[in-house]
Amino acid sequence: MSRRARLLVFALGAAGLAVMFAFAVAGMPPFGTSEHPYRDLAVPAALQHRTANVVSSVNFDQRALDTLGEEVILLSSVIGTAALLRPTRRESRRPATRGGRVSDSTTLLSYLLLPVTVLIGLDVVVHGHLTPGGGFQGGVVLATAVHLLYLAGRYESLQRLRPLSWYVWTEGLSAASFAVLGLVGLALGSGFLANIAPLGSFQSLLSAGTVPILNIVTGAAVAGGGVVLLAQFFAQAIGTTQLPTRRSTS
Amino acid sequence: MSAVLIVVALTLVAVGATAVVFTPEPARQAVTLSVFGILLTLLFFVLQAPDVALSQLVVGTALVPLMVMLTVHKINQRHR
Repeated sequence: MSRRARLLVFALGAAGLAVMFAFAVAGMPPFGTSEHPYRDLAVPAALQHRTANVVSSVNFDQRALDTLGEEVILLSSVIGTAALLRPTRRESRRPATRGGRVSDSTTLLSYLLLPVTVLIGLDVVVHGHLTPGGGFQGGVVLATAVHLLYLAGRYESLQRLRPLSWYVWTEGLSAASFAVLGLVGLALGSGFLANIAPLGSFQSLLSAGTVPILNIVTGAAVAGGGVVLLAQFFAQAIGTTQLPTRRSTS
Repeated sequence: MSAVLIVVALTLVAVGATAVVFTPEPARQAVTLSVFGILLTLLFFVLQAPDVALSQLVVGTALVPLMVMLTVHKINQRHR
């Protein structure tokens, strides 16, 4: 396609989008008013299931099916990345080079922050139904926490502390448990992913029924998925070398 | 008061985003992107969305810049 034709296609698309966008913005309720139809429905529904964090109630109770969809998106993107970034025949695994100097202060800080970060991650996951946060946020914190070991200058110790198969299984089994919990809701409750566990008392750690359970399952899935995802990038950037090749093959 | 905070946060986000666009090298861009992530976190927090702010903080300031850095490192290896 010539440059002119491409510009024309772009201009048509951009003009169409601009018109639609203008209509959408014009039809939106004004910014910052006190009228929130969705809130008026979501907050009572959350309180009814004794969930202090309404956002978590929406994510893991009222619209839990959407979260299952997001979990599947994460799972498939991890699988896709792993398939795309696997070493090709022209690359070979190499032991990590000692390379690069890391200052002592960075190493010290990384070792000090590792347990703190893991603790924060667990805290965010476990209290997802009470305070802001939840399985997704806490899971990503946990996944990045492990990589402080790399920042500390030890790719080898990262590899040792990170038996990748554990994380692969964690990701897969947790995502599957989410769906199984949904089926349990279908069997015992009103429908797929229905909140069937005892609701407990408002604002206590054991409350909100299945919300904290789904949060923990999601936290494990996201932490596992995040580590597996980053491991592919690390393996490509640090753990493989390009073998000298004949020019004709590529 | 909150309107002022929102305007300040929005302005910071706009400045940060422009800085990312005008950062020349992808490796440096990962760093400005990380700063932009913090500014966006601030905006979400001011707009009273702490759950989204937390997601933005962990994904936008740590995970994505790290993946960009590793990718740039790999590409530089190939071109050497």
